[in-house]
Amino acid sequence: MLEKLTQLVNQARSELTAAQTSEQLEGWRLAYLGKKGALTLLLRNLGSLPADQRPEAGRVANEVKMTLESLYTARVEELRQGVLETELTRGALDVHLPGRPQQLGNLHISTQTLREIYAIFGRLGFDILRSPEVEDDYTNFQLLNIPQHHPARDMWSTFYTDLPGVILRTHTSPGQIYAMRKYYPQPFRVILPGKCYRYEQVSSRSEQMFYQVEAIAVGENITMSDLKGVLTYFARSMFGADRKVRLRPSYFPFTEPSAEVDIECFLCQGQGCPMCKHSGWLEILGSGMIHPQVLRNGGYDPDRYTGFALGMGPERIAILKHGITDIRYFFNNDMRFLQQFA
Amino acid sequence: MLVPLSWLKGYVDIDLSPKELANVLTLGGLEVENIRTIGQDWAPDKVFVGQVVQVRQHPQADRLVLVTVDYGQAEPLEVVTGAPNLHVGDCGQKVVFAIIGARLIDGHAEELRYQVLKKSKIRGVESAGMVCSEKELGISDEHSGIVILPEDAPVGSPLVDYWGDTILDIKLEPNMARCLSIIGVAREVAALTGKRIKVPAARNITVGEPIGGQIRVEIADPDLCPRYSAALIKGVKIKPSPQWLQRRLTLAGMRPINNIVDITNYVMLEFGQPLHAFDYKLVRALPGESTPAIIVRRAHDQETMSTLDGNQRVFNSEMLLITDGGGPVGVAGVMGGLESEITESTSAILLEAANFNYINIRRTSTVLKIPSEAAYRFGRGVDPELTLAALRRSVDLMNELAEGIPASGCIDVYPGKQVPTIIDLPAHEIKRLLGIDLEPAYIVRLLESLDFKCTIMANGAIRTVVPSYRLDVSIPADLVEEVARLHGLDKLRDTLIDEEMPGQQPNRDIELEERVRDILVGCGLSEIITYSMTNLASVACLTPERTMPSAEQYIKLTNPLSSEHEYLRQTLMNTTLETMASNLRFVDRVAVFEIANVYLPAIGQRLPYQPRRLSIGLAGARDIRSWLTNDSPIMDFYDLKGVLETLCRRLGVPTQFEPEAHPSFYPGRAVRINLGGASIGVLGEVHPQVCQAFNIEAPRACLLELDLDALLAQANTDVLFTGISRMPKLSEDLALVVADEVRSDDVARTIHEAGGSLLVDVVLFDVYRGKQLGEGRKSLAFNLTFQSPDRTLTTEQTAQIRARIIRQVAQKYQAELRS
Repeated sequence: MLEKLTQLVNQARSELTAAQTSEQLEGWRLAYLGKKGALTLLLRNLGSLPADQRPEAGRVANEVKMTLESLYTARVEELRQGVLETELTRGALDVHLPGRPQQLGNLHISTQTLREIYAIFGRLGFDILRSPEVEDDYTNFQLLNIPQHHPARDMWSTFYTDLPGVILRTHTSPGQIYAMRKYYPQPFRVILPGKCYRYEQVSSRSEQMFYQVEAIAVGENITMSDLKGVLTYFARSMFGADRKVRLRPSYFPFTEPSAEVDIECFLCQGQGCPMCKHSGWLEILGSGMIHPQVLRNGGYDPDRYTGFALGMGPERIAILKHGITDIRYFFNNDMRFLQQFA
Repeated sequence: MLVPLSWLKGYVDIDLSPKELANVLTLGGLEVENIRTIGQDWAPDKVFVGQVVQVRQHPQADRLVLVTVDYGQAEPLEVVTGAPNLHVGDCGQKVVFAIIGARLIDGHAEELRYQVLKKSKIRGVESAGMVCSEKELGISDEHSGIVILPEDAPVGSPLVDYWGDTILDIKLEPNMARCLSIIGVAREVAALTGKRIKVPAARNITVGEPIGGQIRVEIADPDLCPRYSAALIKGVKIKPSPQWLQRRLTLAGMRPINNIVDITNYVMLEFGQPLHAFDYKLVRALPGESTPAIIVRRAHDQETMSTLDGNQRVFNSEMLLITDGGGPVGVAGVMGGLESEITESTSAILLEAANFNYINIRRTSTVLKIPSEAAYRFGRGVDPELTLAALRRSVDLMNELAEGIPASGCIDVYPGKQVPTIIDLPAHEIKRLLGIDLEPAYIVRLLESLDFKCTIMANGAIRTVVPSYRLDVSIPADLVEEVARLHGLDKLRDTLIDEEMPGQQPNRDIELEERVRDILVGCGLSEIITYSMTNLASVACLTPERTMPSAEQYIKLTNPLSSEHEYLRQTLMNTTLETMASNLRFVDRVAVFEIANVYLPAIGQRLPYQPRRLSIGLAGARDIRSWLTNDSPIMDFYDLKGVLETLCRRLGVPTQFEPEAHPSFYPGRAVRINLGGASIGVLGEVHPQVCQAFNIEAPRACLLELDLDALLAQANTDVLFTGISRMPKLSEDLALVVADEVRSDDVARTIHEAGGSLLVDVVLFDVYRGKQLGEGRKSLAFNLTFQSPDRTLTTEQTAQIRARIIRQVAQKYQAELRS
């Protein structure tokens, strides 16, 4: 009996090593461990042994059974591993092919620039407010200290409509009046973004429609040094930390004193180039202390309150930042332009 | 304003380079936009002032002469020239002489071309240089003769020293009217550089008969004409002006005409006072009078006159005229009349120097469309104190350059004389507005350099008398500006507002709008911005029949730049389609959106109604083409609906959709977007004929437009956390067969309702129509997900819910389970 068991183990071991497929493996399992398998049959014969041999034979037979079972499990695992390895060698991809294209949309470059402006002024505590694009002459000009037929009107070529006194606003400055009337009598800081319109021949440098952002702060202690500080903060945030900023006396009927703001040309670092017309400086916005009459028109007493206002064009800023050669690209909406700024 | 430096230097000493001066002026508020250098090509060792020593005939050519020129060197040189203004036997003319090696403009070339002068033989005679024309020197296009310089030109001097110049082009804002003259600019230069201005004194010639009995001046409308001064000069000889004067006018941008007209222009440029010269003999007396009369009055309605430019003008009663005894002779401050124009036969000049209401002049010049130099200056404001000085200067020049004999004295009618403006600048005002402390004495010094007369008062205020020419200064803030610009704006501090933080008022409208942009960009859409102005032909293309909308419904621009942009838009749809069409020529996929206002007439309101709209356009392939996505499907109705559903879900807006018959859309492929029972927009596949009208080169286009204000008004972005279940999910499919007309969204809603809270998701994953189902029937296959927040569901529990669902859909829609 013991001999037979030993013989069985040896035979099973060598047959198991020879089994290569899952079918052969299953055949082996049935042949040895199955209900009619060799081991099972042997075990069934245990009863026919003499009683004194039975315990020993039973013990050995059980050992054999466990040995065969663990051999089987190991072989199954070995074969599975082999199959996986074969599969993996066949599964390589062509890693040189491009990946799946993703479709991201993008914001218009004007919107992107507006958002940068919102963020910078937001850090300084400025709210955002809007006022109408189609405006009346009274608010667009007269409340801003620009009477009918005043020579300063030459500064804004205006689109008129067939509604009496109704025009397309030429700047966001009428928003100053709305802001003052909304916040009066509190001190306040807001920016006023939106579309503006000028009756000017469309060219590479001039558009009939464009965005503007007005910033205005009114309070009891606001000075032109605050204006300069805010402008410097803005210019450095927008154009780079080392950018020089220059204020140049200018004229707007609704500010007094008024100043044009230039930043050092970042193409030539102030040395002079065609972009800055060889001046070393780029004009980016107009500004000033709010004219007493305009404060009064907004409801604030100019003897007690002061304020500053400034206005800039996001397209102009984008043109300077990105070296865009023609303002007409902005509203042509050619995807080949818009998607450059994605 | 063009300012030749050589002219400016006559009134103020300048020891700065042109570039430095330009910088000082720019930082002082007179922006120098351009610096033009005259004579930068005239090499000082090659181009000289020369003098003709001898002119003799060229031995080989009738039309050429040989000119010997002294140019200050030991030996004169002989050159060949064909200039028609040099003749055999001439001697002594001052000319421009260029020697071999000079680089000048080719006078014979049509285009601008430089050439270097080489030694050459012309018809057998060697030419050692060239006498030059204006064209060769780059001064003008004149090439018919050579330049003859003034008699006092210094022989041998490099031409650039004698005739070179620098011209500053200064941009003057409307408040800088005082600088529309050389003296005005000189005054600013003096103040900004710490120099004093030098104005030459008039000679006050009084040789002729007194002017008194020879002309009578009356101002009928003194509100529009505060002052009228006049001089009379007889015996003038009309001829070209001398070259120095012509040259100054040319450099300052004006065209020389004759000595009298040139003098009026010259003095205008010098002082800023526009002048007008009448032919005195043509000035008529009033009926029954003998003295010629000038009457300044408002025009009668429909009164007419021909102006100097030859145009017949019709006036209204708002316009001011200069008239004589017989009728209009000039549009006050704008342009003279044709009849009393100076001609070659004029011998006596009535010279006007007047002052007019600037608003009135500006309006007249705008209405009549006459943008003259005089109207430009009067329209911005001229100092009324200027008239006599300008007259005296002109009289001097007419005596000197036209041999005129001035009548003694001037007429000066001055009903509008103003007292000087006095402003008290409070002691703290500089600090209050500028944020810096300046010493009162320093402030006074700055203001006095600009001719303001200052006194420091007991209360510390500075009492300031404003010079008559400072029409732009009337309040303390104006003085603060003068102090700021002279002190230097760069010397202000950089401070951030030292105030209590004002109350913040978040703008939800803008925040939500930006969120819409972000969601749509996340959906793969690109933002576009199109013009607010449109044309009705484009709007008409939105219907297959191209029905023109009624123009009366639209707000129209009265001065559009083009008929393409004539009306304020009421929809974004047409420009969205236009943008899609233009892009589809270059790319095979367009997915765009725009957020913008439309402009609707609002009867009885101050302004039109200007609501925000959103438009979306999709066309072309769904995927960007690649080896993975070749033959991608074309985007359709469901792509666009998916974008809107995503947007609404993200905004928390419960929109609903109803079939819509809309002319712009493919029948049966459009829906109305409903919100709270009201329609807020439309979405669908564009009608093929509309696509065609917009030249959209794609199999189909999808378009949406909605009222963004209405959508955002319902936005619910306040998110409250919901617990997340850790329990297992059970997922089952349910296929229902219903009649074709049963709406899948209704069925889905019923399933949701019947499912209760344990049914956490319902997805319609298949729609099938086929013979087995029978005609007019469809199968809707839903995937149902069940989950409990706190226990493991059993199949028995889900079977109960499922049975309830099946009962209800059977009852409501006669739905049967698909076997």
